[in-house]
Amino acid sequence: MTANGTYPIDRIRRDFPILSESVRGKPLVYLDNGASAQKPRAVIEQISKTYETEYANVHRGVHYMSQMATDAMEASRVTAQKFLNAADEKEIIFVRGATEGINLVASSWGRANLTAGDEIILSVLEHHSNIVPWQMIAEQAGAVIKVVPIDDSGTFLLDEYEKLLSPKTKMVAVTHVSNALGTVVPVADVIRLAHAQGALVLLDGCQSVPHIPVDVQALDVDFYVFSGHKLYGPSGIGVLYGKEALLDAMPPYQGGGEMINRVTFEKTTYAELPFKFEAGTPHIAGIIALGTAIDYLNGIGFDAIAAHEHDLLAYATERLAGMNTINIIGTAAEKAAILSFNIHDVHPHDVGTILDNDGIAVRTGHHCAQPVMDRFDVAATVRASFGMYNTRDEIDALVDGINRVQEMFA
Amino acid sequence: MSADLRDLYQEIILEHSRKPKNTGMLEYATGEAQGNNPLCGDKVTVYVKLDGDRIADARFDARGCAISVASASMMTEILKGLTVSEAVSAFDRFQSQLTSKETPALAEDDELAALMGVRDFPTRIKCATLPWHTFRAALAGSDENQVTTE
Repeated sequence: MTANGTYPIDRIRRDFPILSESVRGKPLVYLDNGASAQKPRAVIEQISKTYETEYANVHRGVHYMSQMATDAMEASRVTAQKFLNAADEKEIIFVRGATEGINLVASSWGRANLTAGDEIILSVLEHHSNIVPWQMIAEQAGAVIKVVPIDDSGTFLLDEYEKLLSPKTKMVAVTHVSNALGTVVPVADVIRLAHAQGALVLLDGCQSVPHIPVDVQALDVDFYVFSGHKLYGPSGIGVLYGKEALLDAMPPYQGGGEMINRVTFEKTTYAELPFKFEAGTPHIAGIIALGTAIDYLNGIGFDAIAAHEHDLLAYATERLAGMNTINIIGTAAEKAAILSFNIHDVHPHDVGTILDNDGIAVRTGHHCAQPVMDRFDVAATVRASFGMYNTRDEIDALVDGINRVQEMFA
Repeated sequence: MSADLRDLYQEIILEHSRKPKNTGMLEYATGEAQGNNPLCGDKVTVYVKLDGDRIADARFDARGCAISVASASMMTEILKGLTVSEAVSAFDRFQSQLTSKETPALAEDDELAALMGVRDFPTRIKCATLPWHTFRAALAGSDENQVTTE
């Protein structure tokens, strides 16, 4: 089933209850992990366990249940800290997802630091969530957005990036892995070059953390965001990592309970990190279950997951490249777990509907990355995105499905 | 392949999508509008040319799926020769037939009956209705010449 004979694929598949569901009478073939990953039983059970045995509001009550919930939530923060190898747990801010993390930095850091004429560098590869928040703050501050181009393979052009950098550059916000194409961006070089110009770097890690081990200290990245639901955890919870000194200097993003030290009508002082950025009651059960998801992944091991997914991507690429009506979009040398393609003369939505009829879930559309679609002059693509539980058999099912699409539209 | 899928992609739909009728810009159009579906990025432009109260010609340009192209192709075939009020009634009838399951499906001999399969695919209904909404905007004139299905 996989080139890596020791990978416990059968056990992993049994750990994800939804994978034994049928869709329209066919076994579910879930190849839409880039949009959202399925959840292992451990995560599902943890959510129940929290509400059944250790739930109350956090950081407030003196009572037993509040302490239990607070301890579990803070243990999850340490799990996330270790997962990213952050220097301190204070640097882990729980947010609703990567979108909120980026909005937090753009709004809080941007309002305090951006002035007219400053430049923000993004790339063509960005998801809309790493474009629009920067456009909003740039408009307010009078800052200018510059965009790093990609070549025909979808590769991030480091030379062009270097030309855009200048002392005017204040922030570089780019994705670690492209959600539409799978391109891995050379983030170590991006960060080194930005820092040489005195600019900060925010990385969108949504598509990287499920596939690639991330070490924020080794990268020396300033901000890193990811969403829990793409990491086999719950939706509605994510992480913003920021260097302590930067977060400390930033004003709060939202005001409310939990983020204060003392409130009077004359003056309010704010809580210490990380609570300064966590106004209101958080998604307590979600935070705890995100820790469970990370523990689950660590139990399998990232090297093994990465090797398995690499094999799937290589196998899928080889099979689809052999079909002469398929145009693979995004052929960068370094890619992770995502295969975007079009079938000649067939619209992706028709492909998606016909594959769905065979129980195969793929994403069709612009993947919230319209600049990428424009770059390749397509309205949309079909995207198969792989997760830790996918198999070569499922890629064979995808190929059979594509053959049926071609028969129908021939 | 399931019966549902055959209902959606009937031969007449596939035929219209392969060789759509009435495509391309219409010179001297009296109305035109662009429709777009922000969810999928599909775009359609519909042109109408009125001769008094009657639709003398209707054409379209589309970048879309088989369902939206076939719907636009069939729509332009039907519209030609109708009066404006007949065309608006046709729009209303089609719209309610696709979006309300309580409305009985069109009779089998109706020219649009082939599109009724879309009713079983809720995520695809907007593909079929986009050209019609765009046509409605083209009739309304320049004030409302941009429509979206969202």
